[in-house]
Amino acid sequence: MIGTVDRGLRQIGHKVVDGVWKLGAIARFAWYILSRSGECARRVQLTLNEIYFSGTLSLIIIIVSGLFVGLVLGLQGYETLKRYGSAEALGTLVALALVRELGPVVSALLFASRAGSAITAKIGIMKSTEQLSAMEMMAVDPFARVLSPIFWGGVISMPLLAAIFSAMGIFGGYLIGVVIIGVDSGAFWSQMQANVDLRDDIWNGVIKSFVFGVAVTLIALFEGYDTPPTAEGVSYAVTRTVVTSALVILALDFVLTSFMFTGV
Amino acid sequence: MKRTTVDLWVGVFVTAGIVALLVLALKVGNATSVSASDGYLVFGEFQNIGGLKPRAPVKSAGVVVGRVEGIAFDDQKFTAKVTMRLANTYKFPKDTSASILTSGLLGEQYVGLDAGGDTANLKQGDEIKLTQSAVVLEKIIGQFLYGKASEGGGAK
Repeated sequence: MIGTVDRGLRQIGHKVVDGVWKLGAIARFAWYILSRSGECARRVQLTLNEIYFSGTLSLIIIIVSGLFVGLVLGLQGYETLKRYGSAEALGTLVALALVRELGPVVSALLFASRAGSAITAKIGIMKSTEQLSAMEMMAVDPFARVLSPIFWGGVISMPLLAAIFSAMGIFGGYLIGVVIIGVDSGAFWSQMQANVDLRDDIWNGVIKSFVFGVAVTLIALFEGYDTPPTAEGVSYAVTRTVVTSALVILALDFVLTSFMFTGV
Repeated sequence: MKRTTVDLWVGVFVTAGIVALLVLALKVGNATSVSASDGYLVFGEFQNIGGLKPRAPVKSAGVVVGRVEGIAFDDQKFTAKVTMRLANTYKFPKDTSASILTSGLLGEQYVGLDAGGDTANLKQGDEIKLTQSAVVLEKIIGQFLYGKASEGGGAK
């Protein structure tokens, strides 16, 4: 009996210490990446390749899901607003929901599962097949040559993807609201323009997606770099990337929202 | 410098992203409307502002002509001091009156301006003297009930 309790307590303590240890390791890892970012500016091609990999290749999924989220928002929003006789506010509803929340958050979740998992798998396999160690042997710094271009590629891609997601979503809302249901087009756009603020809403959305980009890419890189060098290790690391990224995105979203949109 | 297909695709992606940002900024966010720094400030003192918020629209004849810049409480006169920023393109006579109105039954509150007949115009820092407070629903109901009660009393 006492033995079981003892073991349980030990395990909890071990988990906590492990978590704090990992947090410190991520901070040091982030510092290594940032301090070796000069190489990215000198060899732009490396970063461009990574933008292509995590940005351009994510375009299709972002465009399609943005469109569908907008279509759903248009339908649901219209059904609800109709009850209060204010269907013209549909534009405002769709735009604010997308620009403030859904755009940054959903595109970050998609980014984590599409690009983040791929990054972890790539780094994990490079690590387990000792390609990273081989680079070090040749006096090539893997942080400067591999990790930091991936980091900057992700950080640059994320806000652009979120903006494309929001724009596509608003287009989807327009398709459903104006083209199919027949809300007045002028009211749709003018109410939207009257209620969406450039700095408070759009700029804050861009800041959010930038923060998510940093978080997701960092987590993906770290999980890949930290993975045990086995096939099973890589598979766990990919799972952890997706799960941790999703949780971190949602938690950060709450924190950022409470800073940005309180009061007024 | 040798160009690769990756460059082209990255270019397409970045262009699409920037276009989306511009669409959001111009078409959705309307960066061209009354911005935070253009225009002149006027203020008015209200007995009760109801649910008026900073950044609420200031309208005249239904057209947005400015925004509420700030709301403060004057503890000498016990009134609310509402500062409004009006667009430079619109001039209003000095005896313009301001009232706090509600758009629709459940809509947001805004400041409505009704132009007067003065030949001089409002300038930066001027006060709008004629103000009408927000309608507080409880007060109206109270007045109504009171009126009904006294009516009934008179008939007996």
